[in-house]
Amino acid sequence: MEDLKLIKGNEAVALAAIRSGCDGYFGYPITPQSEILETLMELRPWETTGMVVLQAESEVASINMVYGGASTGKRVMTSSSSPGISLMAEGISYIAGAGLPCLIVNVQRGGPGLGTIQPSQADYWQAVKGGAHGDFRMIVLAPASVQEMYDFVFDGFDLAFKYRVPVMMLSDGIIGQMMEKVAMGRERPRWSADELGDWCVGVGKNNIITSLELDPQVMEGRNLALQRTYNEIEDNEVRYEEVNTDDAEYVIVAFGSSARIASEAVELARRDGMKVGLLRPITLWPFPYKRLRQLAGSVKRFLVAELNAGQMVEDVRLAVDGCVPVDHCGRMGGMIFSPEDIYEQLKGHGKGI
Amino acid sequence: MEKVYSKPRLLTDAVMHYCPGCSHGTIHKIVAEVIAELGIESSTIGVSPVGCSVFAYKYIDIDWIQAAHGRACAVASAVKRLEPEKMVFTYQGDGDLSAIGTGETIHACNRGENIAVIYVNNAIYGMTGGQMAPTTLVGMKTSTSPGGREVNIHGYPFKVADMVAQLEGVCYVTRQSVHTPASVRKAKKAIRLAFENALAGKGLSFVEVVSSCNSGWKMSPVGANEWMEQNMFPFYKLGDIKV
Amino acid sequence: MKETVIIAGFGGQGVLSMGKILAYAGVVEGMEVSWMPAYGPEMRGGTANVTVILSDKPISSPIAGVFDTAVILNQQSMDKFESAVRPGGVLIYDTNGITRHPERKDITIYSMDATEQAARRGMARMFNTMVLGGYLKVRPVVRGQSVVEGLRRSLPERAQKLVPENERAMRVGAEIVAKK
Repeated sequence: MEDLKLIKGNEAVALAAIRSGCDGYFGYPITPQSEILETLMELRPWETTGMVVLQAESEVASINMVYGGASTGKRVMTSSSSPGISLMAEGISYIAGAGLPCLIVNVQRGGPGLGTIQPSQADYWQAVKGGAHGDFRMIVLAPASVQEMYDFVFDGFDLAFKYRVPVMMLSDGIIGQMMEKVAMGRERPRWSADELGDWCVGVGKNNIITSLELDPQVMEGRNLALQRTYNEIEDNEVRYEEVNTDDAEYVIVAFGSSARIASEAVELARRDGMKVGLLRPITLWPFPYKRLRQLAGSVKRFLVAELNAGQMVEDVRLAVDGCVPVDHCGRMGGMIFSPEDIYEQLKGHGKGI
Repeated sequence: MEKVYSKPRLLTDAVMHYCPGCSHGTIHKIVAEVIAELGIESSTIGVSPVGCSVFAYKYIDIDWIQAAHGRACAVASAVKRLEPEKMVFTYQGDGDLSAIGTGETIHACNRGENIAVIYVNNAIYGMTGGQMAPTTLVGMKTSTSPGGREVNIHGYPFKVADMVAQLEGVCYVTRQSVHTPASVRKAKKAIRLAFENALAGKGLSFVEVVSSCNSGWKMSPVGANEWMEQNMFPFYKLGDIKV
Repeated sequence: MKETVIIAGFGGQGVLSMGKILAYAGVVEGMEVSWMPAYGPEMRGGTANVTVILSDKPISSPIAGVFDTAVILNQQSMDKFESAVRPGGVLIYDTNGITRHPERKDITIYSMDATEQAARRGMARMFNTMVLGGYLKVRPVVRGQSVVEGLRRSLPERAQKLVPENERAMRVGAEIVAKK
């Protein structure tokens, strides 16, 4: 009971930052994720763990502070919501190009443009297809609960440092704003000076952090090295969760908040005797192409439920490669489907087959 | 034979890419000397910009971070806060600092980050081939103001140093040049004071170095220096602005 | 056991904190809980609602289209959520400001004049716990003791002294709630 807390997803990120040994958070307020910065400012971790918390003048400044902070080899992070992440695009590309580790949290809202402050998953493409200039990837973790918003701060930093790449936690206004129970068991201290890597600035090695290289041959070499890292990540870090897929004739594919809603649609369908399962990609990149391809051998149809106009559905189609039909169920602009909505769509297809 | 001059030990052997007559080499030299004289080469982190001095990291043998265009002050702010014992400075041109990076510069100044900012103002974009900068003088010809800068189209030349001097977080603002041996000595003193301020936690120090860009200005090196004295100095007046 | 309840009214009525107290009470009893607010810029005066789910099993969707119970505290919310109560479910509403009373025959409807009673008894600030008391009388999904503990946990340190007063308000709520 002691370390069980009823908190919002956004608060969980702030608490996890402090408890995961994060050295610095740099952010700018934007709905629906401002509780992250607010909670950190309330908790004043600079007085306890020594973690730096700074409210920047913009998301552009935030991500460049993260770039600078990451250059010191320390655990640094930022958080924002969709329009703010767009402003960070250039900085994220620099971070990837310079081979720096960091954590970026996107609590998505609806777009395009100023859009809405209501929940959405319309930044899937932006997150998993690069989202900025140059050939680069981010590891993208999609939390489906407040507990995962807590845990993925730890996992995100671990992955970022394992491969020296930016990691994005792609959440949304539902998971960020809702409260659930969180077990706060995990905790670790900030790194001491001798635990830092030898590649960063500030360790007396006259290191240079840069993404610039004007010699095309050398630059291609750097790109190839990045691609090798990405291949390694694709081989080792694919994460997904399956529910009731063993005997499933239909599989719903959904991530984050949508997966929660979809799992209830699965319950409704099973109650009516329909053999429906759920595959929830936890890493959106690397994406579970292989597993979906396998499932395509045994299921009749996929339904991709996501709060956008149809983004992850393209990756599912890529995985399934035309073997079976892949449909899409989506809402946009801050509208959210209910479990019944997904089930109705599923039934529509179920009858015809 | 008595040795009367040697290359500062922190300057690397890399051949500088700067045009003959450019001020950057001289400014690099005095930065390298100041760092060596303060004995802080193992604890100094430089942030280089996008612009002609993007490769500053190749020439001075310390830790460097190459920042996105205009963002050096944001990068340096985070580095200094995470590494408060280190000497952190940015080295930026006028395109970088006074155009695309105005926001980051002003806010780092306003927060009083304990860093030094070296601002090389040659009133033009050098690296991209001589386009107009916010600092370009009225009437000055550039590739994007081929008839000369017109106030009614482009507004007025931007005096960043005078502006940031108004901010509480800034402890020292000065405008120097490096076109004569005497001015080099003064500029070096200024940079040294800026570094000392940062190390002492006094807030942000801002050293503008009014410079020539003979390539961008399409002049000879000597002619560019003369033009600078006649045209730049009357507008960008040398001397301390805030001490 | 699974209870999906929506609490809906004006911002400033304590809708979100009422849901939070209920959710905390569920945590005290070792239940799975979720608390999903309709968030937005409407801090006061606009509409506010929160979906609370209490369950003895892991909660799949925190978003619901159908509710076991709706606690309705203004007309806009009545218009929006009366139809979202599942057949056989419960609707509880505060009569203040209601111009169109609920009409459904396939649900059980309760009303309470909590706004008026709270004002009359000098308990205006305890309006939301009064409504909570009414709700728990009708839907005893958690024990009263757990709610008091939930109240303690959701109130900040400086407001702990208000716990007994809120307990009183809950008792009043339980008394004034009545089947239509």
